[in-house]
Amino acid sequence: MSTLAPNFAVKDPKARDAGGGAPPSFGGGGDGNGGGGNGAFNYGERLRRARLGLVLGLTAVIMLFVGFTSALLVRKGLPSFDAQTNTYSRDWVPINLPWVLLFVNTAVLLVSSLTMEFARRAITRKAALAPVKSIPGVSLGDERGFPWLGTTVILGMGFLAGQLLVWRILHEHRFFVNTGPSSSFAYLLFATHAVHLAGGVIALMYAAAASWMLHKPIEAQRIVVDIAAWYWHFMALLWIYIVVLLMIVR
Amino acid sequence: MGLALLAVIWLITFVSTYFFIWHPWWLPAGVSASAAAIDHQFVTTYILMGIVFVLAQCSLGLFAWQYRDRGSSAPPVDYSHGNTTMEIVWTVLTGVLFVGLNLMGSKIWAAERFEPAQASAVPVEVTGMQFAWYFRYPGPDGKFGITNPKLMDPSAGSEAAIGLDTSDPAAKDDVVTGTMFLPVNRQVDFTLRAVDVIHSFFIPNMRFKQDAVPGLAIHMHVTPTQIGDYEIACAELCGLGHYKMHGMVKVVSQEDFDKWIAAREAEKQ
Amino acid sequence: MDRRAGGGETIMATSEVVHAHAGPQGFIRKYIFSLDHKVIGIQYFFLALTAVWVGMFLSLLMRIHLIWPQVNLPIVGHIQPETYLSLLTMHGTIMVFFVLTTAPQGGFGNYFLPIQIGAPDMAFPVLNMLSFWTTFVAFVVMLAAFFVTGGAPLHGWTGYPPLSAVQSTGPGEGLGADLWITSIAIFCAASLMGALNFITTTLDLRAKGMTLMRMPLTVWSWFITAILGLLAFGVLLSAGILLLMDRNLGTSFFVPVIVVNGQLMGHKGGSPLLWQHLFWFFGHPEVYIAILPGMGVTSQILSTFARKPIFGYRAMVYAMLGIGFLGFMVWGHHMFMSGMSPYSAFAFSLLTMAIGVPSAIKTFNWLGTLYKGRIRFYTPMLFAVGFVSLFVSGGLSGPFLAQPTLDIPLHDTYFVVGHFHLIMGVAAIFGIFAATYYWFPKMFGRMMNEGLGKAHFWLTFIGTYAIFMPMHYLGMAGHPRRYSQLTEVAYLHNLIPLQTFMTYAAFITIGAQFIFVINLFWSMLKGPKAADNPWDATTVEWTTATPPPHDNFGGQTPVIHNGPYEYGVPGAARDFVMQTDPAVGAAH
Repeated sequence: MSTLAPNFAVKDPKARDAGGGAPPSFGGGGDGNGGGGNGAFNYGERLRRARLGLVLGLTAVIMLFVGFTSALLVRKGLPSFDAQTNTYSRDWVPINLPWVLLFVNTAVLLVSSLTMEFARRAITRKAALAPVKSIPGVSLGDERGFPWLGTTVILGMGFLAGQLLVWRILHEHRFFVNTGPSSSFAYLLFATHAVHLAGGVIALMYAAAASWMLHKPIEAQRIVVDIAAWYWHFMALLWIYIVVLLMIVR
Repeated sequence: MGLALLAVIWLITFVSTYFFIWHPWWLPAGVSASAAAIDHQFVTTYILMGIVFVLAQCSLGLFAWQYRDRGSSAPPVDYSHGNTTMEIVWTVLTGVLFVGLNLMGSKIWAAERFEPAQASAVPVEVTGMQFAWYFRYPGPDGKFGITNPKLMDPSAGSEAAIGLDTSDPAAKDDVVTGTMFLPVNRQVDFTLRAVDVIHSFFIPNMRFKQDAVPGLAIHMHVTPTQIGDYEIACAELCGLGHYKMHGMVKVVSQEDFDKWIAAREAEKQ
Repeated sequence: MDRRAGGGETIMATSEVVHAHAGPQGFIRKYIFSLDHKVIGIQYFFLALTAVWVGMFLSLLMRIHLIWPQVNLPIVGHIQPETYLSLLTMHGTIMVFFVLTTAPQGGFGNYFLPIQIGAPDMAFPVLNMLSFWTTFVAFVVMLAAFFVTGGAPLHGWTGYPPLSAVQSTGPGEGLGADLWITSIAIFCAASLMGALNFITTTLDLRAKGMTLMRMPLTVWSWFITAILGLLAFGVLLSAGILLLMDRNLGTSFFVPVIVVNGQLMGHKGGSPLLWQHLFWFFGHPEVYIAILPGMGVTSQILSTFARKPIFGYRAMVYAMLGIGFLGFMVWGHHMFMSGMSPYSAFAFSLLTMAIGVPSAIKTFNWLGTLYKGRIRFYTPMLFAVGFVSLFVSGGLSGPFLAQPTLDIPLHDTYFVVGHFHLIMGVAAIFGIFAATYYWFPKMFGRMMNEGLGKAHFWLTFIGTYAIFMPMHYLGMAGHPRRYSQLTEVAYLHNLIPLQTFMTYAAFITIGAQFIFVINLFWSMLKGPKAADNPWDATTVEWTTATPPPHDNFGGQTPVIHNGPYEYGVPGAARDFVMQTDPAVGAAH
């Protein structure tokens, strides 16, 4: 690519020559896309950058849960002064979680992670073949694979529905959000995870929409799916962490 | 402009330092056993930081003036990217200064907070609520009666305000007051409690401060060393009346203290 | 680390990809929902400017109330003690979040980080736009707290529960407090988006030759600030969610059994100290989020106007990294008097003192930069020198407060107020002023008026010292902070003359800020046209047009050959060598 000058032309910075500036409006003018004329987007670069962004975004999510976890441990461990007995006491009552249902939900989420991975691999393959396909005269046949993405969305919604069921069961057993610290934390962790997972579902729907409604090229679609997939895997991991945490610290 | 900077920075430095040395505003007179040590640590820090302050500000002003752009007559600038030796020197120096200061002060902290109160200490329970301090003495039995949040009635004041459960035998001889009396030269064992929000029990003269936190009963000790009346202030934002949540501690002789507490007991009967 | 040095291909692609979005068309796309980091930077700048005027106005009302509690002001009316606490809470919150966090990072960082590393935009322009508008929403929600029943909350910017967790603890603790927490939660989300973007941009979009150790110190400071933000805001968000649940869902994370006004609340077993730990785990790094960009800008400006390379570039970088790293381990020094274990105070204290070391390194190196320089006193330079002076003054009260022993008399007194106002308030604001005067020509294409700038500097410099230095005297005398009136506690009566002096100083200092705004807007419209490099500076933003075109470099991509502060290079044609000039040789 020869568009890049080996030495950047420095404007004479001798300075203070009046009237040398562009109009004072900001952000104006300028040719946004550069003059190169070589319009091919570098999707490899973009994917790498998006993945870096995702890792950083997940760091923030981790910090959120670090906050919750330390709150949980402190809240469980720290006794409170009881004026009536003149002693310190803890008020932590273990919560009865519907473990069977939770394990079913976990299984659903893990399977969805698997289907997500298939979707990611399928689209990676497709994207890799795209340049070949665009060569005139070459035909690879229209690959119509299994709708992994749709399956993941359905499983994800299934998981959320299962969580709603867990919520209902807890209510039936009279474990409300304000019943005690253990139930407060269970609701908090479930809800925060559910909100994040719902975000993932929306991202997947966007990825699906990107293909047949927004007519994005396959490479751009692949980036969305790839990022959504890693996010999804992280959500599964986070879920396992939450379940294990609640198993240990009931 | 360099000269103006020199003048103003030096002026600010000297005026600030002048007030610090002349100290028309200073720590109030110390009247507790630990005050002298705390003040000593304060003054040491003060002198060391004062020296650094004056040196740093003065050289800033001086450099601004001395190395101003004097036009073509000026010597060329010193093209240097730094001096590793000097950097190591001042890194080590500041490290030693700061860590040394810290270690010096830590002994006082340990004496203040690590050791429990002596067995002979006067037990006083301090309760903070919006916007008053209440002080409770356990009476002859040496035991505080139980309090019950359900019984708390701030409008009734004293015993009722802290929710003293009068059905508890240990509570019968408990004395609750709005002004704190302490015997001089005897250690006091405070139990700090708060019923609504966080308050902070601050007696400037005794160099004493500790937050009173709901859900905690914090033990602290102090030994008043001088007879007199001293003000108590609340030092943690506790609501709209924070500024008027103050109280009085009256340090009296052991005799007067005994008389006072006996009179309170008599009132209760 | 220098993967950019590889080849031109990558760089070309970069500019293509980032500017995949359409060039701005129409007013709304160009100036409102713009994806251009420069427009977003300016939007942040004006948001912070609005916020700082709100915050300053609140502080003025507070100063008036302290001295004349009975005065009846036009429009505002008679200020009640609880109103004073609302003013105090909102002043602190608005200043910390919407000025000190927003202006240096969101404003100048957004505008100049990509240009200084030779990138055409931020890594994720859409996220960048979202980040600004989310911040804007947070600001609107924050201001809304003034207008609901009960008014703004009175729990201070630290929002300690149970005061902040129970509705009946005071006026303003109803809907006002909910809005306050919600606003902060929204702000957290916005800051996280911003931080993610800054880090990715710095790591991934540097121009060819822009190695990490050739980055201007401003870029380093924004980069480190972004890392701090990424790690700190998530924790604050978690604390905010827990607090909202305590307030509205009846949970007991932070609230034990309490009785408010004789009314037994339904909470049980919570720990007020838990909030303090979570809050200060965010709160202390936040102090560095506010001040680090100021350090970066000061380094940049001192070097530029002293016409000398920065003294000890690497040490400056390591010092900032050290401050950022240690900043996460010292939150407990806010809690020496809180009832936390006295043993942990030892560790927190020692680590806090350790932060003094990198801070001292920075100060010495700034002095070393001035030493044997050839200083040109333009307004940005005055503010940078002012920054150093304030940083020293505010910093040296730190070792007092870092010692738990001395914290006993000084904690929660005006000594603390003086300390943090000098160092994270005024010094950070001086960093913002310096940056404004320094980069205004590049941002708006015109020069600011030097005479007005200097008048602004002198009045502000002397004025802020006159306000905040006496606070140390008040604190030593035992004056607790957050007292709305000095009439009740007897020993405070002697201190009223000093408080009165500070109020007058505040009038003058706030008056001086009108000079700044007039200068700002007048220069924007009528100032003399600025050249591309009016300060003879070396960093990349001065190589491009003024103001820079949409993609920053007009289709070109800069290549970096030099370190950021090559001034007074012997044998060079001019007294400075730009980062994009041919290499100056193996000077370092």
